[in-house]
Amino acid sequence: MLLTLAGTSIVGTLIPQNQSPTDYIQAFGEFGFKLFSVLGLFDMYHAWWFLLLLLALTVNIIVCSIDRFPAVWKIVRGSQKGIKAGRFRKLSNRQTVVHRGSPDDLQSTIEKLIAKSFGKLQVEKTDGGFLLFAEKRRWTRLGVYVVHTSIVLLLLGSIIGSIYGFEGSVNIAEGETVDTIRLRNSNQIYKLDFSIRCDDFDVSFYETGAPKEFRSDLTLLDNGNPVYTKSIIVNDPIRFRGINIFQSSYGQIPSDKVTLGFTSQETGMNYTETMQPGLTVEIPEDLGSLTLQGLNRQATFKGHNIGAAYVATLKVKDSEPREILLPVRFPSFDRMRKGDVFISVVGQEEKYFTGLQVTRDPGVWVVYTGFILMLAGCFITFFMSHQQVLVEVETTAGETRVRVSGTANKNKLGMDSRVERLAQVLADESL
Amino acid sequence: MNNSQILSIVTFIYGAAAFLYLAAWAFKKDPPGKLATATTLLAVAGNLLGLLMRWRESYALGIGHAPLSNLYESLAFFALVIGILYLVIEWRYKSRIIGVFCAPLAFLAIAYASLSPNISDRIQPLIPALKSNWLIAHVVLCFVGYAAFAIAFGVSIMYLIRQRDNSEPGPLLARFPIPRILDELNYQLIMFGFLFLSAGIITGAVWANSAWGRYWGWDPKETWSLITWFVYATLLHAKLMRGWHGRRIAYLSILGFFAVLFTYFGVNLLPGLHSYGAG
Repeated sequence: MLLTLAGTSIVGTLIPQNQSPTDYIQAFGEFGFKLFSVLGLFDMYHAWWFLLLLLALTVNIIVCSIDRFPAVWKIVRGSQKGIKAGRFRKLSNRQTVVHRGSPDDLQSTIEKLIAKSFGKLQVEKTDGGFLLFAEKRRWTRLGVYVVHTSIVLLLLGSIIGSIYGFEGSVNIAEGETVDTIRLRNSNQIYKLDFSIRCDDFDVSFYETGAPKEFRSDLTLLDNGNPVYTKSIIVNDPIRFRGINIFQSSYGQIPSDKVTLGFTSQETGMNYTETMQPGLTVEIPEDLGSLTLQGLNRQATFKGHNIGAAYVATLKVKDSEPREILLPVRFPSFDRMRKGDVFISVVGQEEKYFTGLQVTRDPGVWVVYTGFILMLAGCFITFFMSHQQVLVEVETTAGETRVRVSGTANKNKLGMDSRVERLAQVLADESL
Repeated sequence: MNNSQILSIVTFIYGAAAFLYLAAWAFKKDPPGKLATATTLLAVAGNLLGLLMRWRESYALGIGHAPLSNLYESLAFFALVIGILYLVIEWRYKSRIIGVFCAPLAFLAIAYASLSPNISDRIQPLIPALKSNWLIAHVVLCFVGYAAFAIAFGVSIMYLIRQRDNSEPGPLLARFPIPRILDELNYQLIMFGFLFLSAGIITGAVWANSAWGRYWGWDPKETWSLITWFVYATLLHAKLMRGWHGRRIAYLSILGFFAVLFTYFGVNLLPGLHSYGAG
């Protein structure tokens, strides 16, 4: 079962998941693409058969646990009455030491010795002496159920997360405010019940050019009122009303602020002016006035794509206003107009946008509980055992025989050496 | 002397230790054995010193971070953990023969880091995603787990060699610990490794949740660590529920270690988020 899951998971690591169909067709061909997509191999960890496998694993764990639980619970409850010495007599670690004193003389010393490492004792009188039974960590037999519960919790938490949670992303330019995000799996728009404003974004770089840190100053607004402000970096998100906002990426977008250069054809003088859409400037030397309309990110000129270009209206005295294009990439483009003034884009202010990951996962605390139980359960199961020890004391022919034996449900080698040491103490001490 | 020079020297000390363990075993002599233990101690101390110096040097460069951020650093740390774990086992089990199979593993790990032309020993700045206190916990826990599995792998091979002929073992094999001890040691190491691997995966998940907003993303490294976890979980179930022992457990342990190796190295061939482990 576990190996089937392992085996199928391998497939998912070999085929890149959730890529675009064209990439897949290129890699596997038309037929391969159809076959693999029917099998759900491109998003196999969410495919019905993989989820079914996980479900089968869960059912398996639950059924096996329920099957064995009553027997284990009976031992843990410790409902058995009296000392059952029989099962200790067959143990290979049984050791015998001989003493001169009577059982009654030995009893209190042995009781103290065993109680020191085992706690509560059960003592029973026999014909020629007594039986002493002690056990500890009976509850550790439940460790394996803790581990199994933890796995069920992990799966339960992930189901809660996938039903009641969401995962999306949004890009916000500096100064802008949004209240919707795009969900990752369905690509749908999701509306938040608050809005996010990016007040500022900063990125710093190492000398190698790799980004060192990026930071967004975010303000959360409820009905337009600021309710929460925090500056976030990668690994330090906002958690607000059950929603998490993570810094995940950043980018640059040309801002609409632009510096234009004006060159007079007559005098050869250069003038610059920083402008924003809607603004009008008077060009010096009485060369007219220019109104900036806006930025066209995909401008075309005579059917050719010329990239981002500013659109402006130039009004020269005594003539009709005309629309001109100022491409960012081609500064001398406006020379072709052969006007009295030649205008070009000299500088363009770039503005950052911050890429945020926005998630809600109400199942995460179930999963975290599962994590803690898993570690605790593994520790109990692997390194702690239910240990039982029996000391039998009886007198025959003037000699007092002390027999000690012990058993554990795990780490039997460790228990053997423990009994060995007990026997040494029982023999050495002048009891 | 800077950290990578020290770590290169440490590589040769590990090599010498491996050789001495082999010599002590082959010639059945005690002095080379004692020397081997001393050499391993020296290598481990040097390894630790090298990593600590690297940590300090990174602060001197103004990009201070724990030396656990790329393949070079992780391999050097891997060798260190194998060395320490092995010394503990040698001390507890009073057997140097296990060193014949463990010292070479530490040597190979650090030799790969020091000698491979594809692995840069430069101290690189941390990318923003790795800047987190979880980095140390996650990497340390994972590598303690990996090191336990590596030694379990060595012990499993010993077991299989020792058990190959059930008849009277030859003079060399007779010096091996008895199969029952090897089997038990293998099992102990796997339980230890499994606990640390689980803790490593869990800290990774908690970290991923605080950095990217999800605790599990089926990234190839995550998936392969889960595959490794499944293999060892299968082994533990086979042992505890089916009573498997000896040879079959040894084979599963070897299979598990191959999964570890693939999680560590092979995943870099696949696309994914853990790409910083690649070079």
